[in-house]
Amino acid sequence: MPEIVATTPGLFPLPDRAKDELSDLKGHQKTDLISGDEGGEITAAYERAREEVVDVQVDTGLDRISEGQLRWDDMLAHPLAVHENVETRGIVRYYDNNNFYREPVVTDELTTGGDVAVELDAAAELVDSGLQAALPGPYSLADLATDEHYGDEAEFVDAVTDFLVCEVEQFPDVETLFLLEPSLAENPPEDGEDERASEGIDAIASAIDAEVVAHTYWGPIPEKTYAHLMDADVDAIGFDLVSDHEKNVYNVQEYGTKDSVALGVVDGQNTRVESPETIRDRVDWFETRTNTVYDTVYATTNTETFYLPVNKFEDKIQSLANAAKLETPETDQ
Amino acid sequence: MTGPREQFRPADHPSDHFLLTTVVGSYPKPKWHDRARELFEDEGSDFGEAEWEESKDDASRLITHEHERCGIDVVCDGEMRRNEMVEYFAHRIDGYEFNGRVKVWGHNYFDKPSVADEVEYGKQWLVEEFEFTDEVAKRPVKVPITGPYTLANWSFNEVYDSEEELAYELADLVNEEIEALVDAGARYIQIDEPALATTPDDHAIVGECLERIVDGVSASAARGGSSDLSDGVPDDVRLGLHVCYGDYSRIYPEILDYPVHEYDLELANGNYEQLDVFKDHEFTKDFAMGVLDAHTAEVESVEEIKENILKGLEVVPPERLTVSPDCGVKLLPRDIARGKMENMVTAAREVEEELDAGEIEVVADSGAEASADD
Repeated sequence: MPEIVATTPGLFPLPDRAKDELSDLKGHQKTDLISGDEGGEITAAYERAREEVVDVQVDTGLDRISEGQLRWDDMLAHPLAVHENVETRGIVRYYDNNNFYREPVVTDELTTGGDVAVELDAAAELVDSGLQAALPGPYSLADLATDEHYGDEAEFVDAVTDFLVCEVEQFPDVETLFLLEPSLAENPPEDGEDERASEGIDAIASAIDAEVVAHTYWGPIPEKTYAHLMDADVDAIGFDLVSDHEKNVYNVQEYGTKDSVALGVVDGQNTRVESPETIRDRVDWFETRTNTVYDTVYATTNTETFYLPVNKFEDKIQSLANAAKLETPETDQ
Repeated sequence: MTGPREQFRPADHPSDHFLLTTVVGSYPKPKWHDRARELFEDEGSDFGEAEWEESKDDASRLITHEHERCGIDVVCDGEMRRNEMVEYFAHRIDGYEFNGRVKVWGHNYFDKPSVADEVEYGKQWLVEEFEFTDEVAKRPVKVPITGPYTLANWSFNEVYDSEEELAYELADLVNEEIEALVDAGARYIQIDEPALATTPDDHAIVGECLERIVDGVSASAARGGSSDLSDGVPDDVRLGLHVCYGDYSRIYPEILDYPVHEYDLELANGNYEQLDVFKDHEFTKDFAMGVLDAHTAEVESVEEIKENILKGLEVVPPERLTVSPDCGVKLLPRDIARGKMENMVTAAREVEEELDAGEIEVVADSGAEASADD
């Protein structure tokens, strides 16, 4: 029987009180979004919000505690958006959603950052065990950004990878790192790029002493991309079973997967709350269909959760936590 | 020019040519009206339902008259009774519930509703708004209504197997509302589908929604049977579709098959870079073109707006051109919005005079398939 670890990919909705407080402090225009060198009042507001989301996760009994990435106004583009050699320009659509982020344009060398490590340091003060970090994977981060410095796609992805490696090298001790790679499904890499995407993930995983999950969502990733991803030395690959379970299972049946697996079994973009039993059924279904007993199954929402209103976000992580504690069904195995 | 368009020409219109001027819908709310809402929503205040109703009536009357003073041919009340284009309707449709705000971008949030049960027509949507506006207005009134595809796409769907199925269910409710509006005397209805711009591959779904919307619309109000394209819609009812902020090449010319008379499109914001899209394939319906940017807080000059209007005449002849802002202008300061409306009307009237005088060469071929109302 696998260990079921209830977790999320991070990027939570801001608590409602913090929505009001921070919009008053920061404003509503694109020039008002997070800069990375925000002042004391804003920092203090985020600290309170961070403490709140950590408490909520602990109370629900989630097995991994996310920092919440509440400062990430630009969603997965955040680590670049706050970099000194990156300009943020117009507001552009975030994948196929009705959400927008500032286009980060890399205008000079991607030197060492450290913004995300500072957030995790603060979270580490609040979390006794099971701290989980989240970062965009190198392919997705490069895909969300525009390069005006490197001039070569391969060189740019390598630079983004190096930037992320430097970031994780500054992390405090974390139990798990989720590398989020929706672009592998949404805008799949071409020949050569797929291998580079996998090598980038491998480089980041090698730079950190933690369980690393390369999580994909919004559809299955192409077979060839998946085959390359299997070469990366990660502990688990994540699959979005909400958007397409059959094709994800096909990839695993055809190419195998790691000893552990992350399963997006709760919809991060719909307010309908899945019951713990439904979540367990979905995990069991995947194990049965792939005929494998995994070391660890990370049961998670398929996507980030900032799409949800706060009450439904809390209901969903409660369901995930409860699902991990359900007794194993004795039938249908 | 006959049918649905000609009825909107003012009796004292000074020129032979008539460029119909109108608005897309929303207008800045007076500060006192915002304050009234805050008081109404404050449980500790003694500002009750009656006071709030009075505030809405006052704001509606004020903005309707403000449009008229600007000289706009077909006016509306600036959506003074509505808070947001999806929320307003979701509050009136049974089956919807609200759980809290979600992020759109930065610290801009939206109380995105959830469809938690099968949707059914609840309390009236727009008939009372129309009847009030129509009574206080001296000019004809346009009714903007959020389309079913956008109502579905900008909600959480907890119930239906697909967003498409939800959109069709909502289309039947919009059909019911439009029927009631036509019965109440509405003659110019604009269906707002901004979500189409963000998911252009769904243009066939929007088309099916529109077919359902116009299906059987009020025989009781019909005078002279139905038009060819808008099956069931009385001949004197003009239907428009508003779409904004998207890549039009992905929906045009397909949208020309929709059963509406007019397309209202945002183009000033992109400095008319997409205008050629509409010239590559003959524009066979009426063209309501955005001649003002709804998101710049500077009033465009009359000259600049006239140049924009001339761009519209590259696509359709004058008798099929409607002049309007890019989109609802509710985010602008009110004095800026008013200045834009005034200049827009002045520009249209000057272009009409120049057309009458033969000083403007119309590029578009007026021999194209005539307006849906012909």
